[in-house]
Amino acid sequence: MSTYNFDYLDELEAEAIHILREVAGQFEKPALLFSGGKDSITLVRLAEKAFRPGKFPFPLVHIDTGHNFEETITYRDKMVERIGEKLIIGSVQESIDQGKVVEQTGKNASRNALQTVTLLDTIAKHQFDACIGGARRDEEKARAKERIFSVRDEFGQWDPKRQRPELWNIYNGKIHKGENIRVFPISNWTELDVWNYIRREKIELPSIYFSHERDVITRNGQLMAASPFLNMDDEDVVFRKQVRFRTVGDMSCTAAVESEATLIDDIIAEISASKISERGARLDDKVSEAAMEDRKKGGYF
Amino acid sequence: MNILKFFTAGSVDDGKSTLIGRLLYDTDSILADQLEALQSSNRKNDDGTIDLAILTDGLRAEREQGITIDVAYKYFQTEKRKFIIADTPGHIQYTRNMVTGASTANLAIILIDARNSVVEQTIRHSYIVSLLGIKHVVVCINKMDMVDYSETVYNSIIEKYKVLAQQLKLEDVTYIPVSALKGDNVVQNSGNMEWYEGESLLHFLEQVDTDHLDRSQLARMPVQWVVRPQTDELHDYRGYAGRVLSGTFNLNDKVNVLPSGASSTIEKIEFFDEELDAAHAGESVIIHLKDDVDISRGDTIVNASALPQESKLIEADLCWMDARALDTSIMYNIQHNSKVTKCKISEILHKVDINTLEKHAAEEFKLNDIGRVIVKTADALAFDLYDDNRANGSAILVDSRTNLTVGALMFRAAVE
Repeated sequence: MSTYNFDYLDELEAEAIHILREVAGQFEKPALLFSGGKDSITLVRLAEKAFRPGKFPFPLVHIDTGHNFEETITYRDKMVERIGEKLIIGSVQESIDQGKVVEQTGKNASRNALQTVTLLDTIAKHQFDACIGGARRDEEKARAKERIFSVRDEFGQWDPKRQRPELWNIYNGKIHKGENIRVFPISNWTELDVWNYIRREKIELPSIYFSHERDVITRNGQLMAASPFLNMDDEDVVFRKQVRFRTVGDMSCTAAVESEATLIDDIIAEISASKISERGARLDDKVSEAAMEDRKKGGYF
Repeated sequence: MNILKFFTAGSVDDGKSTLIGRLLYDTDSILADQLEALQSSNRKNDDGTIDLAILTDGLRAEREQGITIDVAYKYFQTEKRKFIIADTPGHIQYTRNMVTGASTANLAIILIDARNSVVEQTIRHSYIVSLLGIKHVVVCINKMDMVDYSETVYNSIIEKYKVLAQQLKLEDVTYIPVSALKGDNVVQNSGNMEWYEGESLLHFLEQVDTDHLDRSQLARMPVQWVVRPQTDELHDYRGYAGRVLSGTFNLNDKVNVLPSGASSTIEKIEFFDEELDAAHAGESVIIHLKDDVDISRGDTIVNASALPQESKLIEADLCWMDARALDTSIMYNIQHNSKVTKCKISEILHKVDINTLEKHAAEEFKLNDIGRVIVKTADALAFDLYDDNRANGSAILVDSRTNLTVGALMFRAAVE
């Protein structure tokens, strides 16, 4: 018998590919939610490994808050062109213009919560029955209990009490009309696993993940990129800082960390030593101890 | 570095959450902001130290009630291994959660309170470990600090457990005396139990060989998806995509495709931009066959030298997972890897009282019940016995009225 080396990244990769192929096999109209962040970029790579030389059996869907880092959009468009797959954009600005949601006000205003409505609208409009996302169980304690195939009702809601048992590697994707399933192929990966995979696969990332100089302000003890999307007043002092971002979300709720890390190796070293977890840099989780659980019940990713 | 998936079952009072919290805490797997949240929480131990159990209690209802009601997955890593913990509650009303957590694990930790020795729940947890075919068991005799770190107490518990292990055919059992609360023998070896010569729990978990490289002769790959680019340059390309469940497929191996029984030879094995000589258990690949056979999702490619069983009538262990009881008069869907077909539970052979291991006749099968049944399927399944091949010997039942997963099946025999 031949010997083979099947290390932890191989195993995580093989599991994710298996999950993506289950989505392809079990659903009529799946979609891959693409945020431009490293986790969804990893998903695209995994989809290439699952389906090439064929086409992806799903489009990419970007829920665009309109408050993006420019670098993310540049990256997105370049990547879509490279892989030659379809991109569907759901626009939060459009939801606002249509009066479906109301822009938040005040200092901590963000469009992060609004994107839930746009996401649900986009799902309804295209009748997606499965949405693949890059959430991981190590991110947050409510996520630690979410299934890989996670059912959402007609209103996009997650009910933690009515989760289906998920056994072995068998995923039950059966749903009623109007429901959809969120699928998380990299549930079992940690932040460090994702970075190690990106390094191994030599995956290109948006430049904001790496150290750069930027105008920032301090908000709730965290560094935020100064931008027209942030409600700033006279008390906010803008200064230059060498920073990078650990997650890529809406500009108004994604905090920067001070960093000199310009290479993936630096980032991996930094994360290994870090004492702030990844979601710690997201203001949207800080509202209450059960913040994530509440948003997930409401249809948030 | 490889991955060890392990399972823990325990009730609040065993200190299971404390044990996991301790593993995470002492391996520096708790990050500063999580620690801050911990410290600002008002749950503290009696001596004012942080209640590490909070780390594994995820949902709000659980925090409020102070109990674990679901399966929570936790991750940590040392230089030697990546660990995935499936953490489940241990009360009898959460049997289905335990079964779920145990289904993906290759090692189980059984916790025994040193003050109470082997009790009803020890039997229950050990039975589930045995039912789900977890090969490696670590029995942690916890709260040793409460029995003055007594070797005599420890030994008497081991003697008792050995009887149970034999009864349940648990072959690979390791015993470790610990105090999760104080940290004895969890990560560091304890100075309080000089008489214990074994390893600490973490050290053991780092070293244990869990045969993660499957040496099974049973090569199996359910086809999940057929890759057909249908472009000009790849006009005739037809690749069968799937994950190898068990065994190894080599180039030029003779294979059968089930259920049709068509035979062919492996022409090419691809993984993205690589061509491989072989595909091993766990790998997700694309296989090409020499002959033009009709294959679609739900079919299984197997090596011709070791065929699986094929039957429409299968004896299986069933764990019922739904609030609505089993109805032997209706049809369910059975999902066996990528194959879905209709089925009925045609007979209940017995139920098991998982607190005493006694079998008894039964008419009803309700939430958390476990027992032996006969499954009658519309299409024949190509399966192996669970003990021989876990991945191809298991299936779930789905209720087509609710689409819920209502049962877990472990195949024990084909009915002649």
